[in-house]
Amino acid sequence: MVHWSAEEKQLIASVWGKVNVEECGAEALARLLIVYPWTQRFFSNFGNLSSPTAIIGNPKVRAHGKKVLTSFGEAVKNLDNIKGTYSKLSELHCEKLHVDPENFRLLGDILIIVLASHFGRDFTPACQFAWQKLVGVVAHALAHKYH
Amino acid sequence: MVLSPNDKSNVKAVFGKIGGQAEAYGAETLERMFATYPQTKTYFPHFDLGKGSAQVKGHGKKVAAALVEAANHVDDIAGALSKLSDLHAQKLRVDPVNFKLLGQCFLVVVASHNPSLLTPEVHASLDKFLCAVGTVLTAKYR
Repeated sequence: MVHWSAEEKQLIASVWGKVNVEECGAEALARLLIVYPWTQRFFSNFGNLSSPTAIIGNPKVRAHGKKVLTSFGEAVKNLDNIKGTYSKLSELHCEKLHVDPENFRLLGDILIIVLASHFGRDFTPACQFAWQKLVGVVAHALAHKYH
Repeated sequence: MVLSPNDKSNVKAVFGKIGGQAEAYGAETLERMFATYPQTKTYFPHFDLGKGSAQVKGHGKKVAAALVEAANHVDDIAGALSKLSDLHAQKLRVDPVNFKLLGQCFLVVVASHNPSLLTPEVHASLDKFLCAVGTVLTAKYR
């Protein structure tokens, strides 16, 4: 079980409270597909991903980004049992989706940059620490059931 | 991984915009790296890593200067950073994984100070550039 200090919990909750899940989720997924184009391999049925403009405007990307970040919210609500929270999702990503867990780390790093761009100076080094820890724990939990 | 003409011009534009702030960005990058990835502190046992440390500021200035140099010679990063590459291989021997961590923190600094500058396309180019710098600095490791 991961240990979270009171400060880390507070930093995570306070940032999450101000996040527009739909916007940030869409932006994070779009940036993942743009910055690391090989990640598009999982989304061949998403239609037009031929350019950054196409990706950003793609409604399937937006919808899926929102879905992914909404799910992230479950981790924020269950910091003391992230592994349990993502057990079924982990199995899904392994058995059905066949996603290399490295992609969870890539998305986590992208999310941090999106948060930094939205929160500016409020995204302090302490905030970044707590959130990098969180995205790392989420990535680990999503990989946990892989076999 | 190759930097396209677009990537190169995006990188030059970013550093052009950052201008004189580069030194401060370098210092903040290190501050964030030490805070976010404590294992990176192991390379600086001889430094005061407390808040506002003059040593961190000074070192951040050096790191920024190297990135600026690489951006100014983006057609030949290996040439521009050759001496630094030797230094990292022979003396500093920073594990290659850490260059990614520094890169991530630099992107966070740019994003937090200049969100409108870091469009997804520019983000992609800058990420590639930082990877290329890391690759050059570790190229002579073995």
